[in-house]
Amino acid sequence: MDILTLFVTIPVLTMLAIGFAKNTQQVRLISAVGMSIQLLNAVRLLFAFFAERKAGNTAEFLFTQDLVWFKSLNIHYAIGVDGIAVAMLVLTAIIIFTGVFASWTMKELTKEFFISLILLATGVFGFFISLDLFTMFVFYEVAVIPMYLLIGIWGSGRKEYSAMKLTIMLMGGSALLMVGLFGIYFNSNVAGGELTWNLQEIAKIQIPIEAQRMFFPMLFVGFGVLGALFPFHTWSPDGHASAPTAVSMLHAGVLMKLGGYGAFRVAMYLMPEAAQEQAWIFIVLTSISVLYGALGAIMQTDLKYINAYSSVSHCGLILFGLLMMNQTAMNGAILQMISHGIMTALFFALIGMIYGRTHTRMIDKMGGLMKVIPFLSVAYVIGGLASLGLPGFSGFVAEMTIFVGAFQHADIFHRVATIIAVSSIVVTAVYILRVVGVLLLGPIKNDEFLQLKDAEWHEQLTLVTLIIGIAGIGIAPLWLSDLIGEGLAPVVAKLLAAIH
Amino acid sequence: MIEGIPLHYFLVLSTLMFFIGVYGFIVRKNLITILMSIELILNSVNINFVAFNKFLYPDQLQGMFFTIFVVAIAAAEASVAIAIIINIYRRIGNINVEEIAELKH
Amino acid sequence: MDFSYSVLIPLIPLFAFLIIGLGGNKLKALASGLLGTTGLGVSFILSLYTAYQYFFVFGKSAEGVYQKIVAFDMVWLRFTETLHINMGVLLDPISVMMLVVVTTVSFMVHIYSMGYMKGEVGFERFFAFLSLFSFSMLGLVLATNIFQMYMFWELVGVSSFLLIGFYYQKPSAVAASKKAFIVTRFADLGFLIGILLYSYSTGTFDFGLLTNVDGELIRKGTEAGFLGLSMLTWSLILVFMGGAGKSAMFPLHIWLPDAMEGPTPVSALIHAATMVVAGVYLVARLFPVYALSSPDALEVVAYIGAFSSLFAAIIACTQFDIKRVLAFSTMSQIGYMMLALGVSGYGEHGIGYMASMFHLFTHAMFKALLFLAAGAIIHAVHTNDLREMGGLRKYMPITHITFFVALMAIAGIPPFSGFFSKDEILVAAFEHNKIIFFSSMLVAGLTAFYMSRLYFSIFWGKNTHYHHTPHETSPVMYIPLIFLALVTVFAGFIPFGELVTSDGKALHLHIHWNIAIPAVLVALTGIGVATALYMKESKTPDKVVASLGGVYKTILNKFYFDEIYMFVTKKIIFNLISKPIAWFDRHIVDGTMDGIGWVTTTSSEKMKNFQSGQLQQYAIVFISGVIALVLIFSYFSTN
Repeated sequence: MDILTLFVTIPVLTMLAIGFAKNTQQVRLISAVGMSIQLLNAVRLLFAFFAERKAGNTAEFLFTQDLVWFKSLNIHYAIGVDGIAVAMLVLTAIIIFTGVFASWTMKELTKEFFISLILLATGVFGFFISLDLFTMFVFYEVAVIPMYLLIGIWGSGRKEYSAMKLTIMLMGGSALLMVGLFGIYFNSNVAGGELTWNLQEIAKIQIPIEAQRMFFPMLFVGFGVLGALFPFHTWSPDGHASAPTAVSMLHAGVLMKLGGYGAFRVAMYLMPEAAQEQAWIFIVLTSISVLYGALGAIMQTDLKYINAYSSVSHCGLILFGLLMMNQTAMNGAILQMISHGIMTALFFALIGMIYGRTHTRMIDKMGGLMKVIPFLSVAYVIGGLASLGLPGFSGFVAEMTIFVGAFQHADIFHRVATIIAVSSIVVTAVYILRVVGVLLLGPIKNDEFLQLKDAEWHEQLTLVTLIIGIAGIGIAPLWLSDLIGEGLAPVVAKLLAAIH
Repeated sequence: MIEGIPLHYFLVLSTLMFFIGVYGFIVRKNLITILMSIELILNSVNINFVAFNKFLYPDQLQGMFFTIFVVAIAAAEASVAIAIIINIYRRIGNINVEEIAELKH
Repeated sequence: MDFSYSVLIPLIPLFAFLIIGLGGNKLKALASGLLGTTGLGVSFILSLYTAYQYFFVFGKSAEGVYQKIVAFDMVWLRFTETLHINMGVLLDPISVMMLVVVTTVSFMVHIYSMGYMKGEVGFERFFAFLSLFSFSMLGLVLATNIFQMYMFWELVGVSSFLLIGFYYQKPSAVAASKKAFIVTRFADLGFLIGILLYSYSTGTFDFGLLTNVDGELIRKGTEAGFLGLSMLTWSLILVFMGGAGKSAMFPLHIWLPDAMEGPTPVSALIHAATMVVAGVYLVARLFPVYALSSPDALEVVAYIGAFSSLFAAIIACTQFDIKRVLAFSTMSQIGYMMLALGVSGYGEHGIGYMASMFHLFTHAMFKALLFLAAGAIIHAVHTNDLREMGGLRKYMPITHITFFVALMAIAGIPPFSGFFSKDEILVAAFEHNKIIFFSSMLVAGLTAFYMSRLYFSIFWGKNTHYHHTPHETSPVMYIPLIFLALVTVFAGFIPFGELVTSDGKALHLHIHWNIAIPAVLVALTGIGVATALYMKESKTPDKVVASLGGVYKTILNKFYFDEIYMFVTKKIIFNLISKPIAWFDRHIVDGTMDGIGWVTTTSSEKMKNFQSGQLQQYAIVFISGVIALVLIFSYFSTN
């Protein structure tokens, strides 16, 4: 079996195996083994990709496969990866791997929980390998639907409300996407011949400008809903607050990245003229959301809300970088996807662990945790520093790349938008330090906290894996940046060609 | 004998019958009266069929046949409906449409 | 002339940090202390060796000009063809001088901390952070490009944050560390935007190309304009904003006094000698551009420097916490360095530049000495408050002597080092701008006054009764004091003019007696006034205070700057911006989404009644529908 199809097969087999497990112990073990294999597979793919490139294979997508699965509508199971997809696959593999360990102590309905969790991951993996728009959409839905169950059943707080809200808003996005994708499909044969869903085929033609004007905003907003585009971000705070730890990790870490990935891979790549025309609207929205998310985070008291708003800010930066439409800024945007993916997973994992100990997420009820749970606290500080863009961690690399790229536009509109976005780094520092100061430092507020135990082995494994990810990218970013840059080149070339 | 009467007489009669039937169908609560209203509606249609047949296509018989079909089916329908009504009355002791809501829930 | 070994100077502290940091609790406290100190010792020796090699053996080109030598360089992250962040080592007169300053002070502070921090919880953590700081500071000093500098700049900021907040269970320390980080972060925002603007107009980050004022690149930057100033000037002012934040220049100075919550060795290392001069170093690094392409920006530097210097000196006269007096004194002296840069010309007229660097060097030594001595005193009497001290000269002779040496140096009394560097600054100011010159003279007098006030209050004055009899510190702590005192005595005789100049060519210096004599007289007046007021216990200081009234109170409260900032952040940003945004998001944006949901559910509730199950109702609707359709169709078909 080829290496890419394995990405879908391994989770499916894992789910089947979980179905036969006899007790919680076995469920955990099978999930851990399955996802470890998945992670190894991702690493193997990374090396295989580099080897192919070294061997001189310059095709845009490598490891391609093409099978027809719905003849009359010409839907194919077409797969293939470029540098960006490889990076996203590795990211997803890391996060689902750590997500399994973060849910180690899950007690209710473990079997069903892990099956849904892995199903969600399967959808994400499938999304990143697909080159056929319809197949991509199917996988997208596979990734979104289990979320409802995961939050609705295993969540906390107002879980039914949040699950409903999240699902309905994302479904609304999907509806727009569906229309947009059909719009592309029915315009995919301008030169005559069969209609096609194949991304590479469509990229070769130019979709009529009228169609682009109509369908680009649908696709961009449709993906933007998942990427927390202002003002369609409100599912995120509630959804994250109610979701169980691993689900928040996976959702903020990977699922929100599907939005950004889809936005450039489908919307901007296939409809560059409309992207150039309408970018300014979305630049306004994203630069608002960058600063707005950060300012919104300052006054929150629930740890998960803080992180959810911070995600709005950081994900806004992703779309912002993409909309700058040059090699550097887009490269930064993709770096930010990966960086924020790992970082936010780290945060949600930590919040889950702290909540499991203190049974509260309100920062004003906690204090001085550094003294009692130093391992978790240090990890939190590291995550916080990474989040505010400290050099040596991935956030710095990503943000600086976006800013340098954005500064290549010399006109006043782009300058102002960029400066608004840049100023978020100060606000970020304010809310991160506020949390660190109140939560971890200072005197211990509650004597019960003196009994708390520091991280267990599976928690340490989760945190260390994620921290290595952040620091690894932060210390040696060049290979990743080159990997992404190479995948971006054709997209950027198309976008630049679309400027009149 | 029919030749002397103009068409619109028939039409007025059937229209009156039709709307009386409709009125009865909507307003009356007793299932038997509703059934009777339906018979009125059906028969108003029958009159139309016969009348148009005679005035438009006097040498053909489709209208007549249709009427006979309707009469036959209306008879069958009435017998089924009355059987249902009797059963309802036995079960519930009432044949008021608004109060027969057992199957709704 | 291979300088590649100089890479090791920053890397050794980094390894020390990693080993101590990851080793965590498994290492014995003493072992981690020794590891950190030894690491820094090796870096110190390597720096001295590098300095010797650079200044006296290999540094000069055939024409006798000191050159920029890139000892190591690698691409770290590539943005575009020309814009890339490199990691490298750049050796030129100022970076080599800074290497010596940083490693000397850091090494001394490491030794001193072995004694000062003995028995503290988190001894290993302290040494790990010290090593991290040393690494970042050395990386900053050696940066080959402005983005590398920015990276280490941030790292320096965070290590300062970690060290100020070292006693993390103390709320005041936590608040101080947060304040320091956020204020400097705000300044760094300016720095970053400045870098981005600058690099956009010049297309490079590299210092070699950026400061090549004859090159094509700089000229491009001076063309585009905004609000009457060229893009280059704007970007240089923004870059200076970053420098002003780190160097605690007015109005971004508010974090420095609070930063004294950190352990005293940290104040000596970070907030006196090294990190706070990073802003001066930054301006010096880009000096050719400031001087030749953007005199407007340089003027800003000069005025901000002069004003900060005076402002801080006035506040310092009223403070009672010895560390805060020293903090304001630091701010004032850095203002001196800034104004020296601001009034300087380039090349042959570069006396201000040279003086600034000279003062940076001497100040680092004597200010570190003052802080370490203050640490020894605090260690002995367990208080920071001047009013609870007095008569300590009997108990702590070594500390007393070394403190006195530093006092003489900072007051500018010959032949101590401060005299020489200050004299050059005054000369530069005199040649350039008379207002700045007179303000500097005033500052010189004030400096002599408040430092003597400090000295007399601690070592002379009333005989306080202490709970425990204070005693002299252990050798681990006083050996660094003696070493720094010796440097302070002799550093003035280093021929700085021949070593560190703006264009690398030697500058021949001589003492300008027409300025030096009045300056010394002003300083002596300051000392004299302080002697009269504070040497013996008396009521005169209280009378002076009473006669000043409200003015005194304003100064004591640092001109209420903290309160203004608190008002802006707490009241305006938090309550007027952030809270409304949170509310807006919950109620308007989210409310709209919930509203859509509400409309859907309520309308479906209403529609549900339509489907009543009443057959007759359906019939009405059906029939009226049919009639309506018939009417409509017949109407249209007749027309």
